[in-house]
Amino acid sequence: MNIEQTDFYTQAILSMAALIGLTSFLMLGQSRLLRLIFVFALQGFLLTLTTSLAAHSLHNPHLYISAALTLILKVIFIPWMLRREVLHMNIHRDVQTLKNKTFIMLGGASLMVFSYYVLHPIVQTTAPVMLNALAVSLSVVLLGMLLMISHRQAVAHVVGFMSIENGLFFAAIVATKGMPMVVELGIAFDVLVAAVLFGIFFLHIRSSIDSLDVDLLNRLNEIEK
Amino acid sequence: MNWLIAILQGALFIALAPLLAGWLKYCKCRLQNRKAPSLLQPYRDLIKLSNKKPVVSDHASWLFITAPYLIFSATALAATVVPLVVVDLPTSASADVIVMVGFFAFARFFLALAGLDIGTAFGGMGSSREMTISSLAEPAMLMAIFTLTMTASTTNLSGAIAHVLNEGLVLRPSFVFALFALILVAVAETGRIPVDNPATHLELTMIHEAMILEYSGRYLALIEWASQLKLMLYGVLIANIFFPWGISETLNPKDLGYGLVAILGKLALLAIFLAIAETLVAKMRLFRVQEYLSFAYLLGLLGMLSHIILEASR
Repeated sequence: MNIEQTDFYTQAILSMAALIGLTSFLMLGQSRLLRLIFVFALQGFLLTLTTSLAAHSLHNPHLYISAALTLILKVIFIPWMLRREVLHMNIHRDVQTLKNKTFIMLGGASLMVFSYYVLHPIVQTTAPVMLNALAVSLSVVLLGMLLMISHRQAVAHVVGFMSIENGLFFAAIVATKGMPMVVELGIAFDVLVAAVLFGIFFLHIRSSIDSLDVDLLNRLNEIEK
Repeated sequence: MNWLIAILQGALFIALAPLLAGWLKYCKCRLQNRKAPSLLQPYRDLIKLSNKKPVVSDHASWLFITAPYLIFSATALAATVVPLVVVDLPTSASADVIVMVGFFAFARFFLALAGLDIGTAFGGMGSSREMTISSLAEPAMLMAIFTLTMTASTTNLSGAIAHVLNEGLVLRPSFVFALFALILVAVAETGRIPVDNPATHLELTMIHEAMILEYSGRYLALIEWASQLKLMLYGVLIANIFFPWGISETLNPKDLGYGLVAILGKLALLAIFLAIAETLVAKMRLFRVQEYLSFAYLLGLLGMLSHIILEASR
């Protein structure tokens, strides 16, 4: 099945999948927090575009609501909150040194190959497009986990967590052609609650160790050394 | 008839290049709240320079004097390979895109040699920087071009453009990546702002200007013209490969005129984008350039991969 033979919606979904995969890689290689947050907002924006595209071409008006929610939460509110936190903490000038950046990027690439490998059997039951979209969203999930493992700042962990959610959301939209409204609202509010909780966590981590670098948590001990 | 049109198209290419540079300068000046020089100023500069008596150092060898002619003719030959107004001309059928990159490499080789020839510190420094940047930019450019040629299954530029044109609007992920990669490479190769600043002669940062510092008179005019031509070449490449709509496929005058208007509009729009980018972005440190170009390479590679993974038949 060549791309010329597919309809315009499929082509657009494929392009979006490719771009979302690219933003995940960009986040993985980013060493500055503000830029990381910006790329995260970009990914959210691509997700919004995908959702409204699906809403338009599948004639599924309630997807517009979820697109609007994505826009408000993931493009505006959460990046704004994280950005304010970073500026407030005065860590936006710190360059976070990634250990083994090359290995992390190579690891990311192999995760992508791995997700294709895992999902390959589904070609037999669905269209090849579904394989690509699902493989990209699985690799976005895995890359988000890798981002959480490799970065040390708590802010980066939050971004990784939210990008995992982005991957799942993309898969849900492409595969199910729109989930029931209740599920979508539930997810949106989960994300909102998670964002607020993370804000509180930041406050506590900062007040106890005076930094958002989670490696410092290892030094906390019951016994005085 | 075909050859006549081909020669006319090449001449048009060469004649329009200073106009594009003038338009770019105009947009940039307007964006920076300055009063812009006339659109024809690059032509006036070229005429003024070619009327002046060139001053050549006693230490210069024959290479220094021949190099401008070689550079200009190589760039002009490269320009004939790229379809401007009409596809399927004998000149573009005789050479493919790899030959075009080869012409660029040829011109750059002689430019670098001419920079070294005179023996000044700046010339050598400029040459070494230019070679460093181009050695990184060339693979990225070829990667982006290969994405296109794999889609069209030909390395011939006019064949590839005709393929994209006949296919109609197909949204390809690989083309999105290749487009970004080619834009990044074009900015680096033509010495525009994040990589090199064509408007200054600041000692520590100049690249292209350092190599041609010793040139004057008609030699300088030829080199300037060649670099304007190169800018236009990249612009036409981007405009015609990724947005080929409007380019003429026949030789009747109406289509040709339509093609001319289309390419002029596309180039004018592209120049506006370039001017906005140059106004917003600051120049990079020299040692950041390799990061920038490796990102371009990454994009090119991703374009190729997404062509294979997402688009190819299975």
